[in-house]
Amino acid sequence: MSDSARPTDKTTRRSLFASLEIDTRLLGMIGAFVIICIIFNIFTDGRFLTPRNIFNLTIQTVSVAIMASGMVFVIVTRHIDLGVGALLATCSAVMAMTQKAYLPGLLGLELGHWAIAPTAILAGLLVGTLIGAFQGWLIGYMTIPAFIVTLGGLLIWRNVAWYLTGGQTIGPLDEHFQLFGGTNGTLGVGPSWVLGAIACLIVILALFSARRNKVSHDFPVKPLWAEISLGVIIVAVILGFVATLNAYEMPIGRLRRMFDARGEVMPEGYSEGYGLPISVFVLLLVAVTMTVVSLKTRFGRYIFATGGNPDSATLSGINTRFLTVKVFALMGFLCALSAVVASSRLTNHANDIGTLDELRVIAAAVIGGTAFAGGIGTIYGAILGALIMQSLQSGMAMVGVDAPLQNIVVGAVLIVAVLIDIIYRKRLGTKA
Amino acid sequence: MKPLVELRDISRAFGGIKAVDHVSLDLYPGEVVGVLGHNGAGKSVLMKCLSGAIQRDSGKILIDGNEVQINNPRDARKHRIETIYQTLALADNLDASANLFLGRELTTRLGFVNDAQMEAETRKIMGRLNPNFRKFSAPVSALSGGQRQSVAIARAVYFDARILIMDEPTAALGPQETAMVAELIQELKSMGIGIFLIDHDVHQVKQLCDRAAVMKNGELIGIVKVDEVTEDDILAMIIAGKKPEHLAA
Repeated sequence: MSDSARPTDKTTRRSLFASLEIDTRLLGMIGAFVIICIIFNIFTDGRFLTPRNIFNLTIQTVSVAIMASGMVFVIVTRHIDLGVGALLATCSAVMAMTQKAYLPGLLGLELGHWAIAPTAILAGLLVGTLIGAFQGWLIGYMTIPAFIVTLGGLLIWRNVAWYLTGGQTIGPLDEHFQLFGGTNGTLGVGPSWVLGAIACLIVILALFSARRNKVSHDFPVKPLWAEISLGVIIVAVILGFVATLNAYEMPIGRLRRMFDARGEVMPEGYSEGYGLPISVFVLLLVAVTMTVVSLKTRFGRYIFATGGNPDSATLSGINTRFLTVKVFALMGFLCALSAVVASSRLTNHANDIGTLDELRVIAAAVIGGTAFAGGIGTIYGAILGALIMQSLQSGMAMVGVDAPLQNIVVGAVLIVAVLIDIIYRKRLGTKA
Repeated sequence: MKPLVELRDISRAFGGIKAVDHVSLDLYPGEVVGVLGHNGAGKSVLMKCLSGAIQRDSGKILIDGNEVQINNPRDARKHRIETIYQTLALADNLDASANLFLGRELTTRLGFVNDAQMEAETRKIMGRLNPNFRKFSAPVSALSGGQRQSVAIARAVYFDARILIMDEPTAALGPQETAMVAELIQELKSMGIGIFLIDHDVHQVKQLCDRAAVMKNGELIGIVKVDEVTEDDILAMIIAGKKPEHLAA
């Protein structure tokens, strides 16, 4: 009898671990991120983990992170998109030309008119989605490998952007448009707290309703203390994030200009925090939406099924060709959205915008655990991957690591991250 | 009694090769028809014409005496034709219930996939087919061959199939699991479901099937009642292409 005690013990321990539903791989990534932050913080004498740097890190991450979330779907369906940086450039060029040349020139709209920014953004999103859909059609219906279509796309869209602008830098961009750039468009302290509170409320409600749903079906649930601690941790992270962004205060000169613009005089000793940048808010919206799409919609389910076994997906009646079109159309849309953020952050459209972004985006998705064999990947992983890459890059820049060494380190990290992932999956006994 | 399915003069060629050459075959309710032949005889292609995975070049498919159009797997499912493929056609990265409902997900009122309800339904049907099955939240790549098979079978049975195509359902199974499948086939028969059984094992065909259709090089050699012939007779049809009328009585 005493012999049988051991295996039983082992299984209960494993099922306790499983019942907590701890995502060990997410935990590992967060751990790696925290270690990176702490190391850089030490080497920069505490400059890395300041509100100012965290603020900058987040707005620098947005563009790549938005595209990385779409790249997850592309790679999960066993495709690749090498042209996202180039597509971003074309979308950016279209939006820049729309607001600076087409609308004022052709429609005679005055520069600074309220309708310029929304029209330009709509035009960009439309162009990005259509180009993406067209590439998806070539891949899905014409059965040209995605590698080839998007490699061609890389050359084509990079140079369509050049052609559209004649190679000129277009700027400064419309001031409403620039609201998506980061420092030029933040929500302010009060609204940021309100948003943070709403986010916390949604998290708590979601946890609660998921638990109630499981209980109503008599499925096993996590112990209550685990559920509550998870909720507390998430709420703490959200509020901590908001507090940090609110703590980054606008420079005096900028505040004075704001008061001057309103025709008021700035009171002595006045200060104001930036709060949540609109671009980061956009990223969070994208992240939540894409996560819901991947886990809770048929579209998302079919993406993962197709990546896991394309034949079985077809035999199950899934139109995998049209699915490919939709996945690449979504990728194109997200490239355009990234173009809004990237160009408005720079306050102009330059010819080299988005150069090498395709590699950063793919690397972010892969560091985030997206498997090239298809069928595996998460949105939060990709976004965390983008954040880790950006942290490495700006951390090394702050420490004063030579430029070539920076890229060498990032490249090595990419390979090591995938290696760790492979070892981890082998241990787990699941196929990658 | 009216036939459930009538395949009439079905042909399908790949390039110059006639994979299926003017084959006609009926299936009655509650009947099991074995489809036999060497690899490349055309039995799988013929069945895929019925399941919608392959489009026939010519010929008609009738269900309950009415001609139907089956151009893709969705059409076949609409006519309650379900297929258990030899490869099982499971998405390895998804769990049992996601596979069971793949392409036919249950949704909430808002249109989101209802995982909880699908898992509940999966637990119900698996409780019937394979009571020892426990791994409801693991991807099916983590399951044993028998467990994977039962997921594939559950997928076909759950949706009230009238016509079931089983492509070598016991090829990868141990003796105990094979017996379970045999039992299940008897149960489905008694419910009036018609079953096409692609099989290599003549002994098993004798046990499970009512009739056997033998194919060779894309052509139908003949259809026999398994009670009226010996295993050797069936083998002679498969190997030598001997017509039923030439078999020693």
